[in-house]
Amino acid sequence: MTNRIELSVKRYHPENDQQPWFESYEVPLRKEWVILDALNYIKDHLDGSLTFRWSCRMGVCGSCGMNVNGVPKLACATFLTECAPGPVRVEPLKNFPILRDLVVDISDFLMKLADAKPWIIRKVEKPLEEEYFQTPEQVEAYKQFSMCINCMLCYAACPVYGLDPLFSGPAAIALAQRYNMDSRDQGAGTRMDILSQHEGIWGCTFVGECTKVCPKHVDPAGAIQQYKVTSSIEWLKSLVLPRGAE
Amino acid sequence: MLDTSSHDIVLVGGGGAGLRAAIAISETAPNVSVAVVSKVYPMRSHTVAAEGGAAGVHLPEDSLDEHAYDTISGGDWLCDQDAVEVFVKEAPLELMRLEHWGCPWSREPDGRVAVRPFGGMKKTRTWFAADKTGFHLLHTLFQTSLKYASIVRYDEYYATKLLVDDGRVKGVVALELTTGKIQAILAKAVILCTGGCGRVFRFTTNAAIKTGDGMALAYRAGAPLKDMEFVQYHPTGLPFTGILITEAARAEGGFLKNKDGYRYLQDYNLGTPEPTPVLRTMELGPRDRLSQAFVHEQNKGRTIEGPYGAVVNLDLRHLGEQVIKTKLPFVRELCLLYENIDPITQMIPVRPVVHYMMGGVHTDLNGQTPLEGLYAAGEVACVSINGANRLGSNSLPELLVFGARAGRAAAAYVSEQKPPGRHLMALALDEQAYLEDHFLHKTGGHESIALLREDMQKIMENCAGIYRSGESLVGAADKLHELKERFQNIRLDDCGRMFNTELIAALELGCMLDVAETMAQCATERRESRGAHQRTDHPGRDDEKFLAHSLVYQDPNGRPRVEYLPVTITRWAPAERVYGK
Repeated sequence: MTNRIELSVKRYHPENDQQPWFESYEVPLRKEWVILDALNYIKDHLDGSLTFRWSCRMGVCGSCGMNVNGVPKLACATFLTECAPGPVRVEPLKNFPILRDLVVDISDFLMKLADAKPWIIRKVEKPLEEEYFQTPEQVEAYKQFSMCINCMLCYAACPVYGLDPLFSGPAAIALAQRYNMDSRDQGAGTRMDILSQHEGIWGCTFVGECTKVCPKHVDPAGAIQQYKVTSSIEWLKSLVLPRGAE
Repeated sequence: MLDTSSHDIVLVGGGGAGLRAAIAISETAPNVSVAVVSKVYPMRSHTVAAEGGAAGVHLPEDSLDEHAYDTISGGDWLCDQDAVEVFVKEAPLELMRLEHWGCPWSREPDGRVAVRPFGGMKKTRTWFAADKTGFHLLHTLFQTSLKYASIVRYDEYYATKLLVDDGRVKGVVALELTTGKIQAILAKAVILCTGGCGRVFRFTTNAAIKTGDGMALAYRAGAPLKDMEFVQYHPTGLPFTGILITEAARAEGGFLKNKDGYRYLQDYNLGTPEPTPVLRTMELGPRDRLSQAFVHEQNKGRTIEGPYGAVVNLDLRHLGEQVIKTKLPFVRELCLLYENIDPITQMIPVRPVVHYMMGGVHTDLNGQTPLEGLYAAGEVACVSINGANRLGSNSLPELLVFGARAGRAAAAYVSEQKPPGRHLMALALDEQAYLEDHFLHKTGGHESIALLREDMQKIMENCAGIYRSGESLVGAADKLHELKERFQNIRLDDCGRMFNTELIAALELGCMLDVAETMAQCATERRESRGAHQRTDHPGRDDEKFLAHSLVYQDPNGRPRVEYLPVTITRWAPAERVYGK
């Protein structure tokens, strides 16, 4: 007799449902299985209409973020046994519009990411044959921010984004900071103007929910605090220091 | 009526090859409008999962000819040597371009890009970003692509058909996942960059999305697929999940050991064991030979029986905590999470796992297929730099070099083309009707998508494994064809329009069945053993008959028809593959 576990999955189909609702499924409880295996079992054997995103099932593509028992998690990196004896509550990521079942609309993030100009900005380019030297220490300076997989767990955990959808949000700011800290980049000034113009960044407290839920150990909260400090200094400079030629 | 949009070029697939092509187009022809049609957000593409690195000559003691020779001998002389020469020459420039775009390459203490050894390579030339090279490469490309206004993304659109007008490809029909809307996206040229098809097998490193969509689109439209019998088994996957443990683990000095703790590769003509890695030797041999050695060990009863089949051990313990944490952090993370094993103190159980498709849509050096207006690059394509066995760390530079070339070639081509005519709409409406009748409004049907997929995977593991026998191949293509007939009678639980992932799974299964059938047919007809295609009933390479690529076309009756095309030899005459010496 196989052990079994109950999953209580939030369902929402905009063509039929006024409101989201929960549906229960019973699946085998196997020690190797992650939440994603259970969802695929349901899709293949119990209910082909259950809708969720997934791809790499090794925690690097960032597709399968969802709330598991209220906490934002990657479904491919969360074991059923961690959730035993159940029932396990599986819901779409908080703070995003639901497209269907566990699939949320992340297009807002894609726009905010582009606004943060996450690419190298330089005044003059070297010829292609020449490399920009960067010591291991210089790589370390931005490396952790470059580990973001865009899984959106930090947005689901962010109390500020929940209240103020105009806030750029943890991942976009971390990725802006990833380029600001890169010794090959000269675009920090350009990015600063964009990110600090909205008050959302000032609404961020030191709670650091984003950093806690990040599956890749990125510290978006740290990036946001760095931004605040730099922005304040820039703002002070603009008030205090004398102006040059008009 | 059907919603329609128009661009100059439609790219299908937004992974490494697609994004590199999109940027190449935008840089060479900023006025050319590019649509990137991808069934997932581009940063979800499977390039993200590549780990070990990207090969490109970098050190003064290395040379382009040596990289070419390693690639050609590694491919058991089935590579087109003109393509390899282009590839090795442009690879270092492409990797440097990524450096300029901000890729966080691992560095030497003095700040230069660092390189590591890799399997089958006689010189150290593999650039890496710790053991997440594909992830960083993809995100660098994606983030860089955001600065080009001429790139229009169709995120989460699934292309179902190529529109062909008078022998020229003029766009695609695609389904928008969010709404379920079917749409025609017209263009003067289409570039396929959809990656591989590992999901035709059950045990694979490939992500769920690797279902051979682009190969099937091209094949159905009349373009030939090339060398489809050559499937790469990576020697080190985690049991059950099939998660890849990168070759870099062996490049850094890891050992493969059988149940007696013996470094068994020494018994398979791969050299003698040394305490530190020796290039083109032992654990740094090519993937086909290492996977084949595993099968022999298993037959000798020297593997370890695990709950998910036989395994051997990958031993990294002697590398020490420092090397593992700095050079192989992702390997450690994956082992800790999925196997509850810490490679600093424990050995990793591994077994060969389907990893990469050497074959694909037949292209020339500019990614152009024989079907006018259709281009392909990356794993979906077969420009023939990989031959019968790809060397580790050649696939990332391949998608850069040939993604860029396909992009530039397509940009030049569309400058001389007229916009597609309105009569293409009739073709698009036919496709819409087909999708409505066969899937969206389908009633009845009793075949389960999941069970058909399992049946296909069983047939493929039986007929297209590490060793294939005449016996296992007999009738394999017929059996797959039977599955295609059963596929006509599938059951869909989901009749919704919006984000219907069951519908996508059905369409993907249709693609996989077509692709699987070509693989079985090509494997049946290649009566020799070469690289990753090992026939127990035809051991030994037969250059007289098979120094040639298989080209497989779809006949009007829907069945595969195989022809052969001679391999292009420039400077390296076919010879024996020698490792460990």
